[in-house]
Amino acid sequence: MSLDEATVARIARLARIATTDEERERLAGELSGILDWVEQLGDVDTESVEPMTGAIEMPLKSREDTVTDGGVAEDIARNAPRYAQGFLVVPKTVE
Amino acid sequence: MSEPTDLTIAEARDLLAAGELSSRELTEAQIGAMEAGRGLNAYITETPEIALDMAEASDRRRSGGEAGKLEGIPVAIKDLFCTRGVPTTAGSRILDGFVPFYESTVTANMFAEGAVMLGKTNLDEFAMGSANLTSYYGAAINPWRARGDDRERVPGGSSGGSASAVAGRMALGATGTDTGGSIRQPAAFCGVVGLKPTYGRCSRWGVVAFASSLDQAGPMARSVRDAAIMLGAMAGHDPRDSTSADMPVPDFEEDIDAGVKGMRIGIPREYRVDGVPGEIEALWRRGVRWLEEQGAAAVEIGLPHTKYALPAYYVVAPAEASSNLARYDGVKYGLRVESDDLTAMYEQTRAQGFGAEVKRRVLIGAYVLSAGYYDAYYLKAQKVRARIADDFREAWRTVDAILTPATPSAAFRADDPPADPVAMYLNDIFTVPVNLAGLPGLSVPAGLTHDGLPLGLQVVGKAFDEATVLRVGRAIEAAAGFDARPAGR
Repeated sequence: MSLDEATVARIARLARIATTDEERERLAGELSGILDWVEQLGDVDTESVEPMTGAIEMPLKSREDTVTDGGVAEDIARNAPRYAQGFLVVPKTVE
Repeated sequence: MSEPTDLTIAEARDLLAAGELSSRELTEAQIGAMEAGRGLNAYITETPEIALDMAEASDRRRSGGEAGKLEGIPVAIKDLFCTRGVPTTAGSRILDGFVPFYESTVTANMFAEGAVMLGKTNLDEFAMGSANLTSYYGAAINPWRARGDDRERVPGGSSGGSASAVAGRMALGATGTDTGGSIRQPAAFCGVVGLKPTYGRCSRWGVVAFASSLDQAGPMARSVRDAAIMLGAMAGHDPRDSTSADMPVPDFEEDIDAGVKGMRIGIPREYRVDGVPGEIEALWRRGVRWLEEQGAAAVEIGLPHTKYALPAYYVVAPAEASSNLARYDGVKYGLRVESDDLTAMYEQTRAQGFGAEVKRRVLIGAYVLSAGYYDAYYLKAQKVRARIADDFREAWRTVDAILTPATPSAAFRADDPPADPVAMYLNDIFTVPVNLAGLPGLSVPAGLTHDGLPLGLQVVGKAFDEATVLRVGRAIEAAAGFDARPAGR
């Protein structure tokens, strides 16, 4: 499976990571190398095998639908790069 | 009494209990060693003041008749665990300036049992790496050197700083996390004991997430007993982690010396792989003999899907990582690269905040999860994972534990790492299947290479049967009599 630079650009966009031409060229080679190596999974017979989605068989617990945490806006704000009047600040998105 | 920094946790515990040593004295000695060892770059953040406060509080508790499982013991914390009021970096620039206002469950459990925090240890960025070469804070260095070759060796990764700190006498023990071998491989490279518990044994709450279905916290220490003591303090059910196992935590130390007589130890033939040095094969055979001499029976077993574990892992782990790391967006915490445009701000922040290996994995993850490729890669890898887990399930019908080498090589030179990403990934060839199956795995130092670098053996056990794993590990430790130490430590 060879990944071209246009595909790298597409997935970098999906992953919200800016890339330069030079990086895309390098990544196309590296990611193709990894995916080529992953191809061998195709040799495994997985007919009628259920996909394993967790490490151990354990039913997920449920709990009362009540508020157990919160009221920590000021604590959260201390880590935010930009914060004003109770809001996380981002660049303007609406003209 | 030997140097306080040279004590095992069990020895220090006895001296503290007998009143022959105070936590303050022990902690001061350990802070001195931490400062003297700065050349190894094992710590990202040192917290000597917090350590002394915690040590004094511990001494007060003890004089009041209280003592937890790690009472007064100075330990290092991998910088992937969120610690209240102390910067937590995950070895990444993108968490620049992040100071958690909460404590991870594992560290909270340890502190409740009296542990003293010396600082936060270096790691591969977001725990992605096998050499500690991807940390934004620079590489951690292995205290060991090959005989006649003074060039720096890697400590392994991702918990390389923790392994270096424990081997270098800069902490009595340390926490690690293990997604594909990140506790066991650095433990083997640095000649210390490392235990990846069963998935779910330790809470993941407050641990910076890499691959949520694989990540597991565990202890790194200088003896199997110390690892057992630490695990007892770290483990336990946590309602805040829905995958945390709601089962009792046994006394892991209790039967540690019970021996292996009558046990059946599986020797998987698929772990004999091309390119592994003869001295690692020889050490493995010696390990089998040690257990047989103590009354265990070695049984050859097959784990037929072993060779597919690494490629399956390099689909599953990046997929989960790409999802987990979506949270780093320059809005809530850490680095932000300003821009007038929201998408450009995200893209620039993540471009400058993530290092090369993290970007590779996030992109692989985004690719295998994207429309049109999900079934071919992600679903397929999850099915292969099921077959790997089935291999182990089949093995447990005939054996009590499995013995393998821990790593396919000893610590390599920092200036000569494997040439490409896939070659680097092969470091985890013996450890990754254990994570995929969710099982406990222990790395025990068992010998040295011809040029004097440590090698480890791995013991794998049934889910939630860490007690047997530790018992087998203790038997190997006793037979190996591993007492080598890095020069000058």
